[in-house]
Amino acid sequence: MKSSPLESAHVALGAKLVSFAGWNMPIQYTSIMDEHNAVRTHCGIFDISHMGQFIISGPNAAAWLNRMLTNNINHLAIGHGQYTLMVNDKGGVIDDLIAYRTGENEFFLVVNASMIDEDFFWLASHQDGNVTLQNESNLWAGMAVQGPHSLGVFAKVCPGETLPPRNGIATLASGPVVCRTGYTGEDGFEFFTPVADGIPVWEKFVAAGAKPCALGARDTLRLEMGYPLNGNDLSPDHSPIEAGLGFFCDLEKGDFIGRDKLSQQKANGPAVKLTAIQYVEKGAPPRAHYPVHSADGTVIGELASGVHSPSLATGIGMAYLPAEFSKIGTPLQIEVRGKLCLAKVVKKPFYRKPF
Amino acid sequence: MNTPADLHYATSHEWVRLDGDIATVGISDHAQEELTDVVFVELPAVGRAVDAGDPTAVVESVKAASDIYAPISGEVVEVNPEVENDPSLVNTDPYGKGWIFKLKVKDAAHVSKLMDAAAYQSHIS
Repeated sequence: MKSSPLESAHVALGAKLVSFAGWNMPIQYTSIMDEHNAVRTHCGIFDISHMGQFIISGPNAAAWLNRMLTNNINHLAIGHGQYTLMVNDKGGVIDDLIAYRTGENEFFLVVNASMIDEDFFWLASHQDGNVTLQNESNLWAGMAVQGPHSLGVFAKVCPGETLPPRNGIATLASGPVVCRTGYTGEDGFEFFTPVADGIPVWEKFVAAGAKPCALGARDTLRLEMGYPLNGNDLSPDHSPIEAGLGFFCDLEKGDFIGRDKLSQQKANGPAVKLTAIQYVEKGAPPRAHYPVHSADGTVIGELASGVHSPSLATGIGMAYLPAEFSKIGTPLQIEVRGKLCLAKVVKKPFYRKPF
Repeated sequence: MNTPADLHYATSHEWVRLDGDIATVGISDHAQEELTDVVFVELPAVGRAVDAGDPTAVVESVKAASDIYAPISGEVVEVNPEVENDPSLVNTDPYGKGWIFKLKVKDAAHVSKLMDAAAYQSHIS
């Protein structure tokens, strides 16, 4: 099992560590609920050192990445990033990632921890002569600082430095790479620094007011936004169109791997859709793999993700369901230990920030 | 860690308060701290007969669902509706308002198979 460069800091904080994607990572420090609420109302910091970083460069980098990924990389100005997907020939999802343009011919990709080797192998097996691939995943410590107070925390830790705009990327004068992205639905940034600097940087952010938050809260936060987690909500068995991520697939940009299948699905409408489901009565928290029933009691699928939403104080989940059951308002039932709990299809995101 | 001296404890972290042949059952302070953030409690049906070690209730945190085992054999005679309405009582008052169910025990002498507070303390440390 791999260890984060920040592991000793987690242990010192009393974190519970679990195996996640081959990494020994904190699941919670004190309470998932408290950590979740800190990110929604103040500021939290997550160790994301397990995530992977690739540098793609060369005169043909943009054109080549546009054949490897679903979104249109030509829309990226230097210093900007986009959410995008890597799909196989059948349109099935290999991984979801963020691609940032760091130069005219250079890109920084941040991929899921569980998929680092597979993604890199996939890219390398399609490598073009004019493109260089570097896997820098072991060189970077990463932390996501998220929440409405994260800008103040940044100002304290990096005085005189400026955060990039939303979805942007910048290299700070002091060396680290900072991206104005995250996976919580809150404003914030992701901060990548050489492994050796990881713990001191983490401690500075914590001292500046960022509450240590772990994978448990990361899961509740992302699911409240309806953001998919690869391995739960995304898999090679389903396309981005089925996952409701058509916005991140530019079918008009020219050829890319999987395009024919995605175009066909978009034209005909997908047979199944990743559907947002919320309880309408009190019940045991929904969890992944619980069966989903139609109103008449027929099993029509299973939850890909499910959790008790701390912000909404009710059960929420997502499931791939036949398209006829994915209309907003459709009554459903979630089976928990043999009991059925009434639920319905809702619009994503589950949680909207109060203004 | 709070471990009241007048209670009996199971290795699976339930506590028992014996009053005549009625055993009140809940989970220990240590257990609630390990589970954190209890958001749902599934109570057994009143009248159900259970053997020591049977999964009898379920306590769910944000993180996971955990079975609560009958620490002693008997029949469920009462359940705590308060923890159904406010599951956080299991966290805030595990030995008081956070009790989960009561059993009419088959044989009160069986309570001697459980640990006393000192033994439970060393079990969790």
